[in-house]
Amino acid sequence: MLGLGADRLRADMNRLLALLFHQGVLDEQFLQLQQLQDESSPNFVSEVVNIYFHESEKLLRNLRGLLMEKEFADYKKMGIHLNQFMGSSSSIGAKRVRNVCVAFRAASEQTNRAGCLRALELLEHEYCYLKNKLHELFQIEQQRALAAGVRYPMQN
Amino acid sequence: MTVEQRNDDPRDQFPIGMRVLAVDDDPTCLLLLETLLRRCQYHVTTTSQAITALNMLREDKNRFDLVISDVHMPDMDGFKLLELVGLEMDLPVIMLSANGDTRLVMKGITHGACDYLLKPIRIEELKNIWQHVIRRKKFDSTNQKTSGNQDRSNDGGGEGELVSAGTGNSDHSGKVNKKRKDQNEDDDEDPDENGHDNDDPSTQKKPRVVWSVELHRKFVAAVNQLGIDKAVPKKILDLMNVEKLTRENVASHLQFQNPAFRSFPPGGMIGRLNTPSGLGLRGLPSSGMIQLGHAQTSGNSNNQVKFQPVTLQGNNNGSILPGIPMPYELDQQRNKGLHIGDLSTTIDDTAVFPLSNSLPDVKIATGNGSNNVISVTNNMLMLGHCQDAQAGREFGNHSSVSVAPLKPEFCSPLQDPGRCNENWANSVQPSGFQSNSFPLNDRQKHAALHRSSSRDNMSVMASQIGVNQFDASSIASASFRPDNSLSDSQSSMIQGWGNLHKQDSSCRPNLMSSSMNSLVPVNGGLGPLEQGLDLKNPMYHRNMDFDSMGQPNYVDPLMVKYEEVEKSTMETLKLKQAYLMDQQRPQGSYMSNNFDPLGDVVSAMMKQEQDKAEGEFDAYPLRV
Repeated sequence: MLGLGADRLRADMNRLLALLFHQGVLDEQFLQLQQLQDESSPNFVSEVVNIYFHESEKLLRNLRGLLMEKEFADYKKMGIHLNQFMGSSSSIGAKRVRNVCVAFRAASEQTNRAGCLRALELLEHEYCYLKNKLHELFQIEQQRALAAGVRYPMQN
Repeated sequence: MTVEQRNDDPRDQFPIGMRVLAVDDDPTCLLLLETLLRRCQYHVTTTSQAITALNMLREDKNRFDLVISDVHMPDMDGFKLLELVGLEMDLPVIMLSANGDTRLVMKGITHGACDYLLKPIRIEELKNIWQHVIRRKKFDSTNQKTSGNQDRSNDGGGEGELVSAGTGNSDHSGKVNKKRKDQNEDDDEDPDENGHDNDDPSTQKKPRVVWSVELHRKFVAAVNQLGIDKAVPKKILDLMNVEKLTRENVASHLQFQNPAFRSFPPGGMIGRLNTPSGLGLRGLPSSGMIQLGHAQTSGNSNNQVKFQPVTLQGNNNGSILPGIPMPYELDQQRNKGLHIGDLSTTIDDTAVFPLSNSLPDVKIATGNGSNNVISVTNNMLMLGHCQDAQAGREFGNHSSVSVAPLKPEFCSPLQDPGRCNENWANSVQPSGFQSNSFPLNDRQKHAALHRSSSRDNMSVMASQIGVNQFDASSIASASFRPDNSLSDSQSSMIQGWGNLHKQDSSCRPNLMSSSMNSLVPVNGGLGPLEQGLDLKNPMYHRNMDFDSMGQPNYVDPLMVKYEEVEKSTMETLKLKQAYLMDQQRPQGSYMSNNFDPLGDVVSAMMKQEQDKAEGEFDAYPLRV
């Protein structure tokens, strides 16, 4: 029984991953992350991703703060935030988020404030979706790990 | 120096255990970088502060072999760090950035970076970085502060293959003056250092001899003295009586005079030395000099030979080879590097080759500079051998070096394309065709390729797909690496998004608030997660809470949207899928090679195609 549960969950996880790849939310860099996870660093992916979430939300807050300023003119600072956001997003394989960052950066370089605002909204949206999905993924992963371990007979 | 230290350690294992210092203010990237480096079996130290890094390095110069640093850091500019490390510790530094802008990369290189990697970093790239350590060690004795080091980049497709240090050697910094070789002799360096390498042709790092004016004068004198028929490298060498010049240097220099024999083996060359060089040496038509117009020393020109780099006069520059300084300038600026050849002039229809056309300190007159000549020259220079340009053919066939249609002739026998190319790299602004010479070019090319292809794709997609959320995001995902320059399509994308978002305004606050809500469990979750498996339970529960709270808020609207979009744009979805599949196929193969456990992910992915996608979108909200 336990085995079956674990298999089903694993299938769920794979399906979710496949979906995310399909949608372009994630790319192969995420797979590289997963590959780095092994016995010596068993929670590597979730560690990195959680750091990413933490940092990203800071960045998003900063960006929104900047853009909400009445006398906003510091595109350079925005560019710096964006650059970091882009770097970390691409490092974990958040392809769509990264792409929006690129567009955002383009708007910023043109000092197009309206465009920046739209890009920011889009960015927040994409980020939320990504975060949601990744949480889902981790949740399934944990369930699967639990199901695979014989220690928890309550499973199924 | 690390050299000595290395000899003490069991260095057979190198690059295993290479000590790397990683600096990046972004904790996500830093952790990832650290893990990747550990996976390569390097010994890693990390810090998020450039100043800390500098202090660590200053404390103990021998503590690290290599530094990897991000470009954009809050406390210190990455380039500044790069400079300081290069100056003070003379360690190889690799720059890291999410921004692959050419100017930045150029800045990195000019500040002395030995490589410039783009985020996201891949492990294949990191597997190769140890070669920079080796290269730097070998160069240390011959180069002073190597702020201008340009190594070949090992980006992208490096599958652990070592870029041969021999070719990598032929950098600008690899040029060794005769003077410097003297210094090397005096240095108490390792015996296998460059000073002795002249005699060993098989060593990778053979410093090139710079044929200065005096040297060349001696050479010519020797050749003249011997007579063309007897001008064999050995005798020339003896006559010249120059220390540290080898027979090979002379031989190659001789060969240089005769482009016709570029492709001939050195052995065969000697036999054929006679005719062309003979012509070249003796047959200088004085009218040629006159044509040049600046000839100040007429008559005795045969002995006053000077190599001029192959360049064009100002007005010709713009057309083909932008940014080439005048030869005169070049000589002034850098009296190093192989001068590629001599310009001969044309007298009527005949062009006479090499040595003879002495242009003492004269600008090259390509007076009749026809573009075809220039392009021929370019070809010759770039590819290192005579193209099927007429010149080449004729050289091959005739003993007299006359080429009818070509007017100004460039003697540019390139015995070593690599070297030639980097001469050009030295003097020429990077332009598209210098593909071999610039280490950055691969990346640029990649970027350019991606840029152009993604631009095409994006415009195609944009035109076919209407403005709506799903499609806009598919555009975003469809492009590999949309670049800065894609502002048009991107801004239209943004506009599209903007429109959509008006519809979604009701959803958004939910999104935002739930994202903020989710902050709490996530942050809290960091703790237990980091502590490992034991605390999975609490995390699990927390997630459950989050889910029950969060899910209805923003999964549904998203799902709803996706369904709507799905129904209305099946066609374009298929198009996108096809594109995605194409993109993902290489990913798929990449994955299947490397990630066995995820094999079923791959197959699941492939199965997504068209049939099940729709079902997926529906199924998901229910499942959770």
